[in-house]
Amino acid sequence: MLCKLSFSNIRRSLRDYAIYFFTLMIGVAVFYVFNAVSDQVAMTRVDSDTREIARFLGIAISSTSVFVAGVLGLLIVYASRFLMKRRNNEFALYLMLGMTKGKISAILLLETVLIGIGSLAAGLLLGVGLSQVMSALVVSLFEADMSAYHFMVSGTAILKTIIYFAVMYLVVMLFNSAVVSRFKLIDLMQSGKKSEQIKLKNPWVCVIVFVLAAAMLGTAYYMVGWRFTHLSGRKFVLCIAAGLAATFLIFWSVSGMLLRVIMSMKKVYYKGLNSFTFRQISSKVNTMVFSMTVICIMLFVTICSLSAAFSLRNSMNRNFKENCPADYELSEYLDEPYEELDVLAEAQAIGFDVTKYSDDCVHFSTYGDENFTFEGFCGKHFEELMDTFTAVNGGIREQVIGIDDYNALMKVFGRETIELGEGEYVLACNFKGIEKIRNEVLEDGAPITVFGTALSPKYDECKHGFIDISAQPSNMGLFIVPQFVVEGQTPMADFVIGNFSASDEAGKKAADQEIRSLYAEKIKGGLSPFSVSSIGGYFGFTTKQEISSGAIGLGAIATFLGLYIGLVFLIACGAILALKELSESVDSIGRYEMIRKIGADESEITRSLFRQTGIFFLLPLVLACIHSVFGMKFAVYFLEVFGTDRIASSIAATSVILLLIYGGYFLVTYLCSKNIIRSKR
Amino acid sequence: MELLKIQHIEKYYGNKSSLTKAIDDLSFSVEKGEFVAIMGASGSGKTTLLNCISTIDRVTAGHIYLEDTDITALKGRQLGRFRREKLGFIFQDFNLLDTLTAYENIALALSIQKKPAPQIDQAVKTVAQQLGITEVLKKYPYQMSGGQKQRVASARAIVTEPKLVLADEPTGALDSKSAKMLLERFRYLNTEHSATIMMVTHDSFTASYASRVIFIKDGKIFNEISRGDDSRKQFFDKIIDVVTLLGGDVNDAL
Repeated sequence: MLCKLSFSNIRRSLRDYAIYFFTLMIGVAVFYVFNAVSDQVAMTRVDSDTREIARFLGIAISSTSVFVAGVLGLLIVYASRFLMKRRNNEFALYLMLGMTKGKISAILLLETVLIGIGSLAAGLLLGVGLSQVMSALVVSLFEADMSAYHFMVSGTAILKTIIYFAVMYLVVMLFNSAVVSRFKLIDLMQSGKKSEQIKLKNPWVCVIVFVLAAAMLGTAYYMVGWRFTHLSGRKFVLCIAAGLAATFLIFWSVSGMLLRVIMSMKKVYYKGLNSFTFRQISSKVNTMVFSMTVICIMLFVTICSLSAAFSLRNSMNRNFKENCPADYELSEYLDEPYEELDVLAEAQAIGFDVTKYSDDCVHFSTYGDENFTFEGFCGKHFEELMDTFTAVNGGIREQVIGIDDYNALMKVFGRETIELGEGEYVLACNFKGIEKIRNEVLEDGAPITVFGTALSPKYDECKHGFIDISAQPSNMGLFIVPQFVVEGQTPMADFVIGNFSASDEAGKKAADQEIRSLYAEKIKGGLSPFSVSSIGGYFGFTTKQEISSGAIGLGAIATFLGLYIGLVFLIACGAILALKELSESVDSIGRYEMIRKIGADESEITRSLFRQTGIFFLLPLVLACIHSVFGMKFAVYFLEVFGTDRIASSIAATSVILLLIYGGYFLVTYLCSKNIIRSKR
Repeated sequence: MELLKIQHIEKYYGNKSSLTKAIDDLSFSVEKGEFVAIMGASGSGKTTLLNCISTIDRVTAGHIYLEDTDITALKGRQLGRFRREKLGFIFQDFNLLDTLTAYENIALALSIQKKPAPQIDQAVKTVAQQLGITEVLKKYPYQMSGGQKQRVASARAIVTEPKLVLADEPTGALDSKSAKMLLERFRYLNTEHSATIMMVTHDSFTASYASRVIFIKDGKIFNEISRGDDSRKQFFDKIIDVVTLLGGDVNDAL
């Protein structure tokens, strides 16, 4: 009997439950898809580097999943509570007929179980399907071979999804029982009859609050967007708190002001259904100030995390191609100059001979003059630098290289060599923040004295050059000077950089594998990239393969986590708005019916509904976009290390995702609402 | 002059196996400036009749003419236009929009007709004065009494100066004092502004304010009486007589 009742309840309130079920299903699907990713990666390529990344990605996604589960859990509780409120009359009837609260709890429990199992099954099915699509992304992110891929179902991911969601549903059940036990028959019976009480907020209070909130927000924006270098952790938290509070206050005041403003424009307000439309919007926003705030913040986080992740991933690939033009680099850095510094001899002595695998390589040293320091070069600009890079050590010696050595390296890199006159130098630098300051110094002329020779800059800006191969622009400054200047000086660092002899990819890979295992075996410290050498220097050995895996891995992890959190937040936002809007439409059926009776055209009613739904969805989005402009400004500063040139395309990609999901929810909501309020005839 | 002409209309519900004839070959007409009451027990078809006249529902057969328009032939946009320009509605449960003030509720009927704002303001104030609701214009429905709400609803119905005002049990949710007050207003609108009113009711007292009462039973006209020169009390007694004749169904009447 109870079972039958539960079944028919769900069938009857399908209209209300559709969005709920839909959201649960997508939630399950997303949860599965992302948890299955690491298994997928492991399948596409059996390379040990990638395996390591896949493992790390798995850990990152697992920990994010806990957070995601929390968000989804809250969403489910919110949605189920919301749906329960709509059924107060039904529960009242049950109680009137003499059903015990325990029985009602049992009905709800059964319903939750039914919906839970249904959504889990449907969601997992959808997830397995979607994860095959996801494999395309996996393949492109890891630049893997698509042919190695075949249809897969991740058992662990399924198990995990089931466990997580089972726990969430359990929480919902407990929550529902708690609510049922507090039912009072009289409240339930009267819940539907209470007519809405409209209280207009005092317009002046609204204006004052709005101005105050705008000022607060402005200050926070300014602090985060322009003065971020002065932000301490505490101030930063304060800014975030101010932003949150201001968001809330803006929604609070706008909901009051918007209507007032439009009401004062009599020509607009008393045109067609406008008075009705704006009253509807106002009452909706009024009752949802808090939810709107939460939605706005979630949208903001989504926009920022998606844009940042895409940007990171874009920059990663481009930067890698730009900054890693050689196959390997063996280096040794010292704190002080050392006469017999020779990294090649040292390595060969312990049985690690890189030249065996490589004909095309250069061996050279760089130098440092104790009277030529970073602070000395920057001069008056150093203070400015300290503002941004608080950890910079001004006493560090500038790195100096002879032009012949540099050009030899450029030949290995396959890049253009440079020409240098007698008394000239070229400054190579590509680390964004430092480059800016150095350019300013160069514009002022910047004569230098290195090892007693006076030199002047050939260009009034930095050239994009570097010695160390890496995944991103990270050269903070390299002075290329005439060869005679460094002749006979004591080196501070020594390098062997080259390409493997093998001509094809497979050969290079094999050489790479071999040389790295040799390195691990011979050099003290094993696998760690930096090991202390016998003369107290820092050995460094890295290969293109290694850097590539790291770069791809970082880009991939960022993309996946960004997508994961972004998608879940978008779903949550869309679901909350949709639920509210749909139930509002159900409540307003009578109003639409009445408007129809007094002769409003169907097209006008539809337009009114479209406007209501549109403004309702747009309001939090608009504020979130404004937030994001400043949030991204802040994020860009942190992402600068990785390069942010293609931020526009990242934002475009984010917009597409936003449009698809948020816009999708909007469209579904609008169409469902339209269906709900359609005349029965 | 005939304003409304109803010719042999029929309305069936259900399918072949269980057919309900809500209206069964009904014909009558309403003169311009008349105040007609339709009486009948629950299920007699009086609300269906009203729905058909107001184009909310369609007749199965027959024709309804308002002036020279056959409203049973109207479609889509014409329906909305017909309703907003020719008809005024008053319902038992007031049907005011709870999110709008009284003023805005009345204004809505005009703004749907795309009337300019200054003209709307003028019209709303005039009609409010006629119905004695000037002081509640700024209030929301939940702040008003039932009688006030119904007068606001009436104001909304007549503010557009419709050809025909249709009232469905207008006093159904009112106490007797408010009901009396509302009916006095109806009579005032009918006599002073020559508004044509058609009112559906099962209450003899309410019906006694009309100039003519049509009784319906099982979807057919059962009887019809005009007030003529009788006083309202005498007319009321006549109505009671017919109601008694009509059967026990309407003995919940006053």
